[in-house]
Amino acid sequence: MDRGLHVLLLTALATVASLPGPAAAQATGEPAALPAQQPQVVEPAVKRRDVEPAAIDTENFEAGAFVGTVSIEDFGSSLLYGARIAYHFTEDLFAEATVGSSKAGKTSYEELSGSVELLTDSERQFTYYDLALGWNALPGEVFFGGKRAMPSAVYFTLGAGSTTFAGDDHFTVALGAGLRVLANDWIAVHLDVRDHVFQSDLLGKDKQTQNLQVGLGITAFF
Amino acid sequence: MNRLVLRPLLACCLALFGASHAADARAAKKPPTVVVQDAYADMRSGPGRGFPATYSVERDASIQLLRQRTDWIKVRTANGREGWVHRSQLERTLTPGGAEVRLAGPVPAARTEHRWEVGLATGDFGGANVIAVNGAYALTPNLLARADVNHLLGSFSDGWLGTAGIAHVFMPSWRVSPFAGIGGGVLSISPKATLVQTEDRTDSTAYAAFGVRGFLTNRFLLQAEYRGYVVFTSRDENEEIDEWTVGFTYFF
Repeated sequence: MDRGLHVLLLTALATVASLPGPAAAQATGEPAALPAQQPQVVEPAVKRRDVEPAAIDTENFEAGAFVGTVSIEDFGSSLLYGARIAYHFTEDLFAEATVGSSKAGKTSYEELSGSVELLTDSERQFTYYDLALGWNALPGEVFFGGKRAMPSAVYFTLGAGSTTFAGDDHFTVALGAGLRVLANDWIAVHLDVRDHVFQSDLLGKDKQTQNLQVGLGITAFF
Repeated sequence: MNRLVLRPLLACCLALFGASHAADARAAKKPPTVVVQDAYADMRSGPGRGFPATYSVERDASIQLLRQRTDWIKVRTANGREGWVHRSQLERTLTPGGAEVRLAGPVPAARTEHRWEVGLATGDFGGANVIAVNGAYALTPNLLARADVNHLLGSFSDGWLGTAGIAHVFMPSWRVSPFAGIGGGVLSISPKATLVQTEDRTDSTAYAAFGVRGFLTNRFLLQAEYRGYVVFTSRDENEEIDEWTVGFTYFF
């Protein structure tokens, strides 16, 4: 026991004593080992590389508005207006959020009966949003006359969202296709068709409704 | 006009206004000039591989970088010709001072070194359809702080669910990695208008999650997730709801 403690103490002492040794040698010994007049044999060939981030505008966002017409199943066609914002991930893929609003007309039953109103005025409001993934399937150019060519793309979108109509929110799948033509470097014109598909039990029976929209829009890249 | 529409419209008008001002600012600011180091760089008529190459610039030519869209950079040569060059052909360009130029874009290291993730997902929440927008911040490559907003659209009721939580990605450097997480949030449910009116209710909720995510490219993830929710209702017993979602995530 006593001997063990002795050994431990000695070991500790030896460790402490040995610690400053090399450090002191480094601090004092090195300048002596390398005299100033001795030429440096190897010059480091590695240069510091400067990297500068290029100060260019990255224009991957696209935002704008559109007007068009939407055919609300059983309720006729109405004027539609809305807005879209998109983010372009690559030259092929983009994500797009769209909102739109319209006001449904009357069903043929309401028109014929004259006085029957299936929905109140506020329930006729048709408002939707959808979040979609888009694919520029056919990039190309649109030619106007012999001298003018504008970059364009035919794209397809697949999205999901919600449609508020007749006082309820409906889960909606939105399938779309469109043509985007770039008027200049940052302004684009869109012509697109979109089908909003949702289940509705408004007229008594649960059924799938197809609500087709055609729109003309303008967007800006920023 | 509906508020849902009015606000984004306003935002878009502002964005358009902002963009036009940015264009003015660009016109005033001199674009950066670089020197081509590749043997040549193809200039195309549009920002995509499908557009024809209309001109080429050779090594040591100095070009101005005008704007970047995804991986394509619009450049102007000394003699005034303009075209779009792919980022890969400009990665070795130098500034007139000899410094390297870094262009924005994805690199393989981003798979483990990225900070932010945003994503869209859709799926099933206890029989209702769900549309989710989610975001995450990588505290470390393994640990994500995440938050999401879910719109629930069911046959009998609609609702909103907002959550925040953490997730542990087991193997962030693997192409496909499992992850697990926990979190909590608020669930708000309102019954459909065509049903007998019952009260809307808002309850707090907590979840445990397990999922798998896989890299599609250097900037995309595909993510599938299961969450088991416990809803702390004001009734005698808590409600348990299963959620399954699948979605894609963009990271940067």
